[in-house]
Amino acid sequence: MTPDTASDNLARTPARRVDRAGIAIAAALAVLAAVLVWDASKLPATTMYGMGPEAMPIVIAVGLVVLAVGNLIDALRGKLPPRESMDPKPVWLIIGGLALLIAIIGLGGGFILATSALFVTTSAAFGRRAVLADTAIALVISTLIYLAFDKLLTLSLPTGPLERLL
Amino acid sequence: MDTFDALAHGMAVAMQPMNLLYALIGVFLGTAVGVLPGIGPALTVALLLPVTYKLDPGGSLIMFAGIYYGGMYGGSTTAILINTPGESASMATALEGNKMAKAGRGGPALATSAIGSFVAGTIATIGLAFLAPWLVDFAVRFGPEDYFALMCVAFVTVSATFGDSPVRGLTSLFIGLTLGLVGIDKLTGQARLAFGIPELLDGVEVTTLAVGLFAVGEALYVASRRHHAEEKLEPVRGSLWMTREDWRRSWKPWLRGTLFGFPIGALPAGGAEIPTFLSYSTERRLTKHPEEFGKGAIEGVAGPEAANNASAAGTLVPLLTLGLPTSATAAMMLAGFQQYGLNPGPLLFAERPDLVWGLIASLFIANGMLLVLNLPLVGLWVRLLAIPQAWLYAGILVFATMGTIAAKPSVVELSMLAAFGVMGFLMRRFDFPIAPVVIGLILGPIAESQLRRALAISLGDPMVLLQSPMSATLLGVALIALLAPFVLRGLGRFKANED
Repeated sequence: MTPDTASDNLARTPARRVDRAGIAIAAALAVLAAVLVWDASKLPATTMYGMGPEAMPIVIAVGLVVLAVGNLIDALRGKLPPRESMDPKPVWLIIGGLALLIAIIGLGGGFILATSALFVTTSAAFGRRAVLADTAIALVISTLIYLAFDKLLTLSLPTGPLERLL
Repeated sequence: MDTFDALAHGMAVAMQPMNLLYALIGVFLGTAVGVLPGIGPALTVALLLPVTYKLDPGGSLIMFAGIYYGGMYGGSTTAILINTPGESASMATALEGNKMAKAGRGGPALATSAIGSFVAGTIATIGLAFLAPWLVDFAVRFGPEDYFALMCVAFVTVSATFGDSPVRGLTSLFIGLTLGLVGIDKLTGQARLAFGIPELLDGVEVTTLAVGLFAVGEALYVASRRHHAEEKLEPVRGSLWMTREDWRRSWKPWLRGTLFGFPIGALPAGGAEIPTFLSYSTERRLTKHPEEFGKGAIEGVAGPEAANNASAAGTLVPLLTLGLPTSATAAMMLAGFQQYGLNPGPLLFAERPDLVWGLIASLFIANGMLLVLNLPLVGLWVRLLAIPQAWLYAGILVFATMGTIAAKPSVVELSMLAAFGVMGFLMRRFDFPIAPVVIGLILGPIAESQLRRALAISLGDPMVLLQSPMSATLLGVALIALLAPFVLRGLGRFKANED
């Protein structure tokens, strides 16, 4: 709600085109509704008064279907808000960093290595080219965080080969 | 207990040296994190939740109060100095505040927003202290059906009534409600939407969702559009202090902003967006210097900032008295209560008055600390803003994942964090509001259990929802609030056709 939404509306292009992304969103909502109904149908029936655990998922699924239709109408009318161009590469870099973090934690590589990997990929996504320098910074920062939280606040963070040296 | 007695008792709790220290740490951390661009108060609270895990509930809630107000102050500093409002509530501040900073009046802009926030926060907290016991008296008579109806009102107002698009707002809400279903059903012990994954039986953690949507989503979004202009940090030049003229032009907007902010925040109407823009347009209309608006008028910073802070204190009214969060930040506060098994509401006032009143009292203290801390430390905050974007977001992501790793170091939980991050990115890109997802997740299960309790008491008769006058009225309000945007838009289209 900025004061200049009115001028945005005026500036909207008259040629309304079907928005494919909008159709995908509507489809995703419909799929989600189907999953809810499928999951609820597997719950054993209860004999208690009032609502059983399967009632609310059905209500929400109905709402999702209605909203899928609403989103579909908006998409067909091309009424989605305008989107700016985007650069997909940094997005994939960060997602890759998150995947790396999950893999390292999952394989027992420990907190310091995992978060360092995420730090380096994220800063690369934001245009940094000095990978070696960033790796050094990342290792120092995550070691400090590890020490502060593990030793001072006694939160248990996953340990790997590096943590065992500390 | 009389409000004054209760408040005095709360003050005694909050003034204990240890609690003062917690408040100070909270205020400091809250400002430091809140000042980082793209981080609003909700994310500030979400990121700092793990820090409070090991504290006792009293100290942790007091630290929270500090984080909450600190995050708000930090957010307005960012809005003024780099025109990146961390959340919509700071947008009005950025309008004039950033212009003032560009014109070399960043100091007075920061000062009027800090002092205005203090004035508004103090008045609104007094309002909270006096309104809360009264509402609690009222709320003890609520049956489960009344609570359910009240939550319906909150759902609708938060997602549909005041957003840009009711369809997109409700879509966000229903995604949140769906996530709220995941896990073991408390009444029957059946697992819903767990797909045989043991980690999902506990349900979706609110902090995982909030950190994923806000922090990871924001980082992805900013990275995807880095090729658009990068934000520029305005240096703070000249005096930090306000001139006599600045004071003269600021005090009325502070008070008017408070009058807009507190009642609208206290109603379950959601968000500080409306009062801040109401305040902005009012100041624009009443000003004696209309030529300055759009070029950096101090009234345009003083009013909205006061409204923002007053409404933040206002949202604590339904949160503390009814357990009803109406903003993403309030939802995070509720998550903070829940991590200790505490449920805000009339019962908490009766059972743990020391906690509730200690929290309210420490709001006053946090506010005062911020006023003293913030202006002298402005140089430090500005330096934080100057961290290169690459390291800033890398650091934010490390900190964000650390919270999840500390709480539940499992591959499933981290994958959920990443998935919510991608969802937050897509929602930003396609302009879906994010707060309704968080509120749907946290309020959905409560609303469901209230409804089921009501129906169990009535032996399954749904008319119980309409037989209680309170619940019937509230459901009517929810229906009107749901239909109003569609009807109004229809009228608007009708008018547009006439032109």
